[in-house]
Amino acid sequence: MNETAVVIETIIKAVIVLSVTAGMGAFATWIERKVLAFMQRRLGPMHVGPYGVLQLAADGIKLFTKEDIIPQNAVKPIFILAPIIAATTAFTAMAAVPYFPEFTLFGYKITPIVSDINVAVLYVMGVASVGVYGPLLAGMSSSNKWSLLGAARAVVQMLSFEVVSGLSILAPIMMIGSLSLIDINDYQSSGVTSWLIWKQPLAFLLFAMAGFMETNRSPFDTIEFEAEVVSGYATEYSGMRWGLFFVGEYANMITVSVLVSIIFMGGYNPIWFIPGALAMLLKVSFWIFLFLWVRAAWPHIRPDQLMWVCWKVLMPLAVINIVITGFALV
Amino acid sequence: MELKDFNNRNIAPGYIFFEGEKAPENGWQIFKRIVKRSIKGELFVGLWIVFREMIRFDIHTVQYPAEKLEMSPRYRAIHKLLRLFESGNERCIGCGLCEKICISNCIRMDTHVDERSRKVVSEYSINFGRCIFCGYCAEVCPELAIVHGSEYENASEQRAHFGLKEDMLTPLDTFKAKQQQEFPGFGALSDNADEFVKKTPLAY
Ligand code: SF4
Ligand code: SF4
Repeated sequence: MNETAVVIETIIKAVIVLSVTAGMGAFATWIERKVLAFMQRRLGPMHVGPYGVLQLAADGIKLFTKEDIIPQNAVKPIFILAPIIAATTAFTAMAAVPYFPEFTLFGYKITPIVSDINVAVLYVMGVASVGVYGPLLAGMSSSNKWSLLGAARAVVQMLSFEVVSGLSILAPIMMIGSLSLIDINDYQSSGVTSWLIWKQPLAFLLFAMAGFMETNRSPFDTIEFEAEVVSGYATEYSGMRWGLFFVGEYANMITVSVLVSIIFMGGYNPIWFIPGALAMLLKVSFWIFLFLWVRAAWPHIRPDQLMWVCWKVLMPLAVINIVITGFALV
Repeated sequence: MELKDFNNRNIAPGYIFFEGEKAPENGWQIFKRIVKRSIKGELFVGLWIVFREMIRFDIHTVQYPAEKLEMSPRYRAIHKLLRLFESGNERCIGCGLCEKICISNCIRMDTHVDERSRKVVSEYSINFGRCIFCGYCAEVCPELAIVHGSEYENASEQRAHFGLKEDMLTPLDTFKAKQQQEFPGFGALSDNADEFVKKTPLAY
């Protein structure tokens, strides 16, 4: 009896997380266009619905009804599989992420996390790295040189930033002694001063940069930079398959924002008079906004610069950070 | 500023000559360069500038079909053939100067002498597939008969749709309603020219 309840609860949670994040991802595309437009003194989408809010519905209709083209020399099964991998890994990563504090609904205690596994950080980062198979397979199966270049860049970028994000997050984990995101969150429960960002500023910076690389947002959007590789691995994709890549990218953005908020910025602990859930929403929105803001302001860097900065600057810094943290702990 | 300042052609004092960065020679200099390149305040200046523009909300978008920019009288779009204000007769006297001067040879006209022994233009057409909108025809016309309008929305199924005499000639009812607009002449200022007048950025 109890097991059935757990299964049903998990399924319901999974469906809610999936639909809410997919919806938010779609909405984020509108926000992105609006914010970028305002920063560039434009108006952005204005015609579909009030202030263009329904633009995403129009986009959805377009994506679903567009002709689905598979290039002649593409490896068809892999070509079809790649966007599905990209989207599913992006959403699977969210399974171990807690969003809000516990609350009771109809006398039933609900923890807003699909599954509280004790190696959540490891799990999320692992699944997110599996996500690189999306771009890799897409690029290799498309029989298009831009796609191939994009795939190569995706792998190079993944190898570079994974080291940094893994090492940088090691220091906070050493301090907390747990890989569960809920434990990490509870560690920072005594006000703003207990946020890990004050104790681990360097790790925070490194992890944030790695987050930008992971979601391939500018300034690290080397793998789909229009001026160099057309659209990178997604050059040959159209319609809903391309849409899946897109949704995956935005889901990744949300995951990274949630991760940074939980690990370094106090998670869903209440701040002063702001309740925990609202604090979490504010933090995540700030991070999404930061992604867009940076995109409007900064130029992008070359792949060789990216590798240079990852291997020669960020990785040594991360190692030094771990060593210092280790000395401080013993 | 005085005249001798203007006569001074030596502009060098105001110029900054940039020698370029020296290549680092040893490890310490390389390290210094890395630090200098990695930690830059300029990045935050960039962030601030776009954020400032967002808050200022000084939007420059023209929502085209709903809003339109006012065209300057100097704009050379599809031609118009005008009528005389007094009588409503066509201004064109069929002199053929425009046909002669047109550098892409795209004006064709037919004239005949009517029963009152006056020369009238029976056909007048411009091939807008070839016209380069140079404005010579309008400039040479002694009667101000052919002028450039400001109608730039000329998408059509046929490029001939704008180029026949009946397309360009002011229709009689428009004329009677006193809607025919006089061509202000080449180099005329637009009505809202005052809005664009700014102080010159120069010192004098
Ligand atoms: S604008 Fe120039 S090219 Fe066009 S009809 Fe007049 S003279 Fe010919
Ligand atoms: S130059 Fe003027 S008056 Fe002469 S034929 Fe051309 S349009 Fe008519």
